[in-house]
Amino acid sequence: MHEYSIVQALIRRAEETARAHAARRVEGLRVRIGTLAGVEPVLLLAAFEVCREGTLLGDAELSIESVEAQWACRCCGCGIAAGGALRCEACGGPGQLVAGSEIELDSIALEVDDV
Amino acid sequence: MCDHCGCGDGGVVTVEVHERILASNERAAAHNRAHWLREHVVAVNLMGSPGAGKTALLEATARAAGGRLRLAALAGDLATDRDAERLRAADIPAVSITTGSACHLDAALVHSALHDPPWHGAIDLLFMENVGNLVCPAVYDLGEAARVVALSVTEGEDKPLKYPVMFHKADVVLLTKIDLLPLLPDISIERIRDALAHVMPEPLLLPLSARTGEGISSWLDWLDERRRRLFGDE
Ligand SMILES: Nc1nc2c(ncn2[C@@H]2O[C@H](COP(=O)(O)OP(=O)(O)OP(=O)(O)O)[C@@H](O)[C@H]2O)c(=O)[nH]1
Ligand SMILES: [Mg+2]
Ligand SMILES: [Zn+2]
Ligand SMILES: [Zn+2]
Ligand SMILES: [Zn+2]
Repeated sequence: MHEYSIVQALIRRAEETARAHAARRVEGLRVRIGTLAGVEPVLLLAAFEVCREGTLLGDAELSIESVEAQWACRCCGCGIAAGGALRCEACGGPGQLVAGSEIELDSIALEVDDV
Repeated sequence: MCDHCGCGDGGVVTVEVHERILASNERAAAHNRAHWLREHVVAVNLMGSPGAGKTALLEATARAAGGRLRLAALAGDLATDRDAERLRAADIPAVSITTGSACHLDAALVHSALHDPPWHGAIDLLFMENVGNLVCPAVYDLGEAARVVALSVTEGEDKPLKYPVMFHKADVVLLTKIDLLPLLPDISIERIRDALAHVMPEPLLLPLSARTGEGISSWLDWLDERRRRLFGDE
């Protein structure tokens, strides 16, 4: 389950940011996961539950935005519907994935001290 | 408190990041890629289910091209050294990369093997046999020049549809063990091609058998073409 290694990278990045901002704790993370990224949101959440234990993310919330796969022609840019052959109807060119492969950390919410 | 975001008012601040979570793997992959470009090595990430015939393919590749091409291999293995032993017996200098509980190779694991390689002198082709798994290896760039998926005839025609991430990123899919086709009257290569076209923009399926050697020459031609594309005629 590579979801564990992804969560570990995520927690490392969030803790670095929390320390750089002298935050008390991480309140939440927003990530974007494409439906063709090879990452299963349910497994990511399960891995997060396990791995956040004992870190600055102890009770942080992980919110996952799912990004639908979208294909477009590599030659002319026309959209190509999923579910059939990945060929452009206009020019016959091959498709390329223009959305749906994201494994991205969008933002980190930190709880900081009052000054 | 900090100069970046104006935090210091207390309460919750949101830091915008917008970065790929596997950025460190991507950096390591770029570093590997630079190694191989400099050394004129074609690096191949060989993936596929457990038992798809990855090691047998490399053994057959060595039989057919070992005299002409200098081959080497890294074998990702959860716990054992068995694949690397088989490859060494087939005259391919090879070392295992033990992944422990990880179900895939990553670029850093490959890099640590590169700095103490089991081969001497220059090589032409480096095969990285990934852990048998149709899911996780697809997510990790190793810095390879070619992504190759082995799919055996007994796995079922719908595998490309069930594992679209693996197949959509492949440069070529090798349909292995075709010597078994006479025993499998229900399997249709056309249906496999059709399933591939749904997930792979430029579907390329090379049927072959490591046992009989059928199709191996097309595979070697494909590798030669990759090599020319990367390094020209030399
Ligand atoms: N009939 C036939 N059997 C094959 C062929 N290639 C591989 N096999 C058999 O399939 C089994 C698995 O082959 P391997 O080469 O070990 O497969 P692998 O993909 O390297 O397996 P893992 O590394 O364990 O994931 C072995 O019993 C091989 O003898 C082939 O072309 N024809
Ligand atoms: Mg093997
Ligand atoms: Zn995994
Ligand atoms: Zn087009
Ligand atoms: Zn290096």
